[in-house]
Amino acid sequence: MSANLQQRTITTAQARRQPLFGMRNQRLAQRIIVYALLLALSVLFILPFMWMVSTSLKNSEDVFTYPPSFFPTTFLWQNYPRGWTILPFNTFLVNSLVVTFANVVGNLISCSLVAFGFAHLRARGRGILFLALLATLMIPREVTIVPRFLLFSQMGLVNTLWPLILPAWFGYAFFIFLLRQFFMTIPTELDDAARIDGASSLRIFFEIILPLSKPALATVAIFAFIGNWSNLLDPLIYIRSQDLYTLALGLNLFRGQNFTQFNLLMAVSIITLIPVLTVFFLSQRLFVQGVTLTGMGGR
Amino acid sequence: MAVPQQIDHTTARPIGKPKLGKLARREEREFYLFISLWIIGFIAFDAGPILASLVISFTNWSMMTPPSWTGLQNYQRLIADPLFYTAMWNSLYFGVGSVGLGLIVSFLLALLLNQKVLGISVFRTIFYLPSVVSGIAVAILWIMILHQDFGLINTVLSWFGIKGPGWLVQPQWAKPALILMSLWGAGGSMVIYLAGLQSVPQHLYEAASIDGAGPWMKFWNVTVPMMSPVIFYNLIVGFIASLQGFVLVLIMTNGGPANATLMFGLYIYRVAFQFFQMGYASALAWILLVVIMIITALQFLGAKYWVFYEGETAR
Repeated sequence: MSANLQQRTITTAQARRQPLFGMRNQRLAQRIIVYALLLALSVLFILPFMWMVSTSLKNSEDVFTYPPSFFPTTFLWQNYPRGWTILPFNTFLVNSLVVTFANVVGNLISCSLVAFGFAHLRARGRGILFLALLATLMIPREVTIVPRFLLFSQMGLVNTLWPLILPAWFGYAFFIFLLRQFFMTIPTELDDAARIDGASSLRIFFEIILPLSKPALATVAIFAFIGNWSNLLDPLIYIRSQDLYTLALGLNLFRGQNFTQFNLLMAVSIITLIPVLTVFFLSQRLFVQGVTLTGMGGR
Repeated sequence: MAVPQQIDHTTARPIGKPKLGKLARREEREFYLFISLWIIGFIAFDAGPILASLVISFTNWSMMTPPSWTGLQNYQRLIADPLFYTAMWNSLYFGVGSVGLGLIVSFLLALLLNQKVLGISVFRTIFYLPSVVSGIAVAILWIMILHQDFGLINTVLSWFGIKGPGWLVQPQWAKPALILMSLWGAGGSMVIYLAGLQSVPQHLYEAASIDGAGPWMKFWNVTVPMMSPVIFYNLIVGFIASLQGFVLVLIMTNGGPANATLMFGLYIYRVAFQFFQMGYASALAWILLVVIMIITALQFLGAKYWVFYEGETAR
């Protein structure tokens, strides 16, 4: 800034002329405005959730009264079991658990190995490979969905859960990046000391890096869990038979069949969100850490 | 904070000189072993598919019969296809709208939360939560919220005597409705901005105060320049993401009304998996890739004029 001296003296003089209690009042007013804004915005952000719960408890007539009431006149808790049993949601739940679990484990193993390589091992070609890794984050999914589908159909894996699971075992750029950023905060002097004691890289990875990286690994696990839990596109492309449906796919089918029964739809939707919400509330700190470590908001 | 400038290797161990000792050669072998899983994945799921889709884009292939080479036919068809332009326009409209407004909303939220308020973690949770829940449950929720007669938004509007539009059934309101919905997830980038704001060195504000700068001047001359790398990074990532997201649209409107929400990704999905025209879908996908690369390059070029990196000399 290159404000000239004259201007500067004028503005400081103006500032000095303000009496002390005026500043204090001003600060109080500012505080009140900030809180009022925060509260109003909080209501806006929460309202959709409240609406969701309220709708899920209404009876069929209340859903379609005009003008709609915000609060349900009935509290039909049986909407939850009713919605859940219209389709075999228990089967869908098991499939979702299998897919999600396999993805979380696969991502943890593959991404931490790769990230360790990029963060702690020197090699020619590392820089260019790391750029290639970051570049994959920029590739639109649409460009690869057709060839990926062809690949899996050549392998005879369409209409199995494998296309939803396999890719996670070969690394995912976002998680590799996240873990690499974290591993780089661990000083390589620790590696060197261990190497002098005769430890191999694999041993350094397992006995030094991993134990020090629990928060970052937990963050990856959580992101992987949430991302896969709500993934609809891949199941939509690869899964045909109903006994392989995931929850997201089942919910989509349910929506197609019962699109006017908003109360049941909402009830089942809420059930599918419960695991995500639980994980979020239990591990909020890790979320924020992961986001700030990479500067990326999850997906 | 991960801004593009920091994605370099200065903090990692320096890469050795071409002549390597025995230990260094071993380390190099180990490096390639450690990253081997990703290299396989990169070839099988990223690089391979990209090249494959380029080749497929020059063919006519329904998957029932073997592909036949058609040269540039798919690209000629694309130039004459009105839906191609509709889909591109819709995606750009949505991308600019949701990323632009999202930037403003999430930045304002972050500024509010940076006011050293009590209960910041509670507010942060509230704003952040919607960005965590995603997918079909949210799509169903918003179908309900945006419903013309029984939806939440029009209910609230009716309290003020306003008759709300048919958000998802009137072509001119469908895209604004989707943008509005995307703003609900602004908390994701808010967290990033908040972390950025908290890492702006306090002494810069103090120096500005001594120079007689008011809050407004401090915002434009300290906060914005210091945050510009983060904003820039979010713009690029957000824009690419917005061009890709079509699952919500698939469920909520399936491209309607009157193709008003036919996003580019949805069009590709439709051509590939409903019409089984793999060649044409691949051509569309490649155009999308090129468009994204051009837009990203333009953003990088434009960044010279407004993104400020610490340690750079002032112009």
